[in-house]
Amino acid sequence: MRKKILEVKNLEISFQTYAGEVHAVRGVNFDLYEGETLAIVGESGSGKSVSTQAVMGLLGKKNTHIKGGEILYQGQDLLKLNEDDMQKVRGKEIATIFQDPMTSLNPTMTVGRQIAESIIQHQVVSWGEALEQAEEMLGMVGVKNTKSRMNHYPHQFSGGMRQRVMIAIALACKPKILIADEPTTALDVTIQAQILELMNELKTKINTSIIFITHDLGVVANMADRVAVMYAGKLVEWGTVDELFYNPQHPYTWGLLASMPTLENLEHGLYTIPGSPPNLLHPPVGDAFAPRNAYALEIDFKKEPEVFPVSKTHFAATWLLHAEAPKVTPPAEIQRRREMFDKKLMRREQV
Amino acid sequence: MNAQPRKKALEISNLNQVFNVGKPAEVRAVNDLSFYIYEGETFGLVGESGSGKSTTGKLIAKLQDATSGEIHFSGKEIGHLKKREDIRAFRKSMQMVFQDPYASLNPRKTVMEIIGGGLEVHGLVKKQKEKQAQVYELLNLVGLSPEYATRYPREFSGGQCQRVGIARALAVDPSFIIADEAISALDVSIQAQIVNLLKKLKEERNFTCLFIAHDLSMVKYISDRIGVMNGGRLLEVAPSNDLYNFPLHPYTESLLSAVPMPDPEIERERKRISYDENFHHYEDDTGVGLYEIAPEHFVYCKKEEVPFLKKKYEKLTLKALAV
Ligand SMILES: Nc1ncnc2c1ncn2[C@@H]1O[C@H](COP(=O)(O)OP(=O)(O)OP(=O)(O)O)[C@@H](O)[C@H]1O
Ligand SMILES: Nc1ncnc2c1ncn2[C@@H]1O[C@H](COP(=O)(O)OP(=O)(O)OP(=O)(O)O)[C@@H](O)[C@H]1O
Ligand SMILES: [Mg+2]
Ligand SMILES: [Mg+2]
Repeated sequence: MRKKILEVKNLEISFQTYAGEVHAVRGVNFDLYEGETLAIVGESGSGKSVSTQAVMGLLGKKNTHIKGGEILYQGQDLLKLNEDDMQKVRGKEIATIFQDPMTSLNPTMTVGRQIAESIIQHQVVSWGEALEQAEEMLGMVGVKNTKSRMNHYPHQFSGGMRQRVMIAIALACKPKILIADEPTTALDVTIQAQILELMNELKTKINTSIIFITHDLGVVANMADRVAVMYAGKLVEWGTVDELFYNPQHPYTWGLLASMPTLENLEHGLYTIPGSPPNLLHPPVGDAFAPRNAYALEIDFKKEPEVFPVSKTHFAATWLLHAEAPKVTPPAEIQRRREMFDKKLMRREQV
Repeated sequence: MNAQPRKKALEISNLNQVFNVGKPAEVRAVNDLSFYIYEGETFGLVGESGSGKSTTGKLIAKLQDATSGEIHFSGKEIGHLKKREDIRAFRKSMQMVFQDPYASLNPRKTVMEIIGGGLEVHGLVKKQKEKQAQVYELLNLVGLSPEYATRYPREFSGGQCQRVGIARALAVDPSFIIADEAISALDVSIQAQIVNLLKKLKEERNFTCLFIAHDLSMVKYISDRIGVMNGGRLLEVAPSNDLYNFPLHPYTESLLSAVPMPDPEIERERKRISYDENFHHYEDDTGVGLYEIAPEHFVYCKKEEVPFLKKKYEKLTLKALAV
């Protein structure tokens, strides 16, 4: 049995705003195992960044209220640590690559210095050695002319290059857990592939666990061992990458997979999930996805779905999985995927 | 193709942008770039990170002055716009959605002020009430609740912030929109919503769009024609379908081979074609440029390579017919 390195339990987070309390994270549970990549996907605004920032203790204190839950890192609750102890965990043990590189880099410090400083903080090396390592890291994330690039300021870099600086800083610390929030959104596909390979190397070499937040389901298919799907501050489905892509159960997951354009089939308009996400000022009763769900049952509007197991590794929170629920026919794209899944299972049984 | 020449909304010739001229840190961000965008079309710009896509966008929007070269917008060279009212009119017709959503929105302004500001500056609304109503409508259009109008940028998720930027650009009813990685931070369903929205608005309001992105499947879906950039240069320009089905430049082939697909089995077997940049660095660059290999399909090459590329194109099209 693999070891759990992180357990997030019943995490609940709210923000006080002018208009009222925003219930951003409404009871999130997930585990992270040693050396695995867990991808978190889901609606924009569903709480992916906020949940993971909580792990790093990086939420602003002012209007934030962590209402409940535990974040156990190697058995210790990170929510109970004081700032000094948290500082020690940050970077060396758990490192992050943020969604917005421009606001998380220091605009007044050269790129080379910023990478070197984070190396110094976590390793016993001289400044000269740190600079050398920094330049090497910059090359590893695909930046060319590293010698002169070391002396550039963030604004002199392109969007994707800044993102790569963030990645270099995070990787330089060789963390136990790497939280990557949309790390490759601004990168072209070839450099993206290079960075993903680099992260996978870190995973195999030093057994780093990765939480990978992204909207790019292609990247998820490439990187993830397991996938969790978020909607309106909750996890609605999680399972292995094959289970999620070939045998999805929650109608929101169906919608996501059906919205993807593929290079071949683009003739008809893109499928979109109708309606808009719920306003988390007034979280809905029942299944938050129900008003946009063509497959919604009456009970979905009244009672929140339980989490039903699909396999030992696969779970989904939808009433459709209840023994007495009517059988529905999912969208064509999902049926195509399920057929592939059935074939795979059959092949496995034959072997 | 129709015989009548289509009108060009934008024409760029020999555009250059060099940063830190003469210093060791000199960067040739845009290198002798020439291309045009037809009125009412969406032109997709893809390519390597750092290849000069955003810089090209900023030059077109007149947010930076080029080192050299010309940009004609609606027939006028934008460098020659000097009078205040001319510049203001230009700013209204040309809007940009930026790559970095948090950094491009004023953190001290509410969404109402951010989106409503443009409406006021350009005299598009007279009364406070009118402004409010329009801002609510714009928020609706991009799939945000009107209740968000009182919030500040940092109170939003990345994707929500990006939609505020899109609403701000749409507010002043521009004729040309530059969208720089405007949708990469959004989840696929909202991406699809925004792309469908842009397509619909384009038909209704007939604006022209420069769509900068790295997600090739989305770019293909939204663009009429696509340009592929590397190192400040355009290496291939072609109608979308042509570019995807019959890529001619090895860099384009390499990009297409790396597009991740939402299918774990395909990803496990993926073989990427790598690309060596020296391929397009010609020692002797006489006769090197963009040549038209097939109608509207241009490739950066040496003149002598044209016959070979024409053959390659022919082979690819024949192969497609055979299947
Ligand atoms: N400081 C804040 N004040 C008020 N609301 C906030 C604050 N930070 C986040 N929120 C809200 O919390 C919710 C979750 O935000 P979060 O950034 O986690 O979304 P996300 O899933 O990462 O989305 P995206 O994919 O767009 O990045 C959103 O509805 C957002 O508006
Ligand atoms: N203000 C500046 N000073 C110096 N160099 C700059 C400046 N702005 C951009 N550059 C450089 O110009 C080149 C092109 O940058 P640009 O932002 O146009 O790239 P891009 O194609 O948009 O890349 P990305 O896909 O990563 O956003 C890069 O090498 C960048 O470092
Ligand atoms: Mg986020
Ligand atoms: Mg850019």
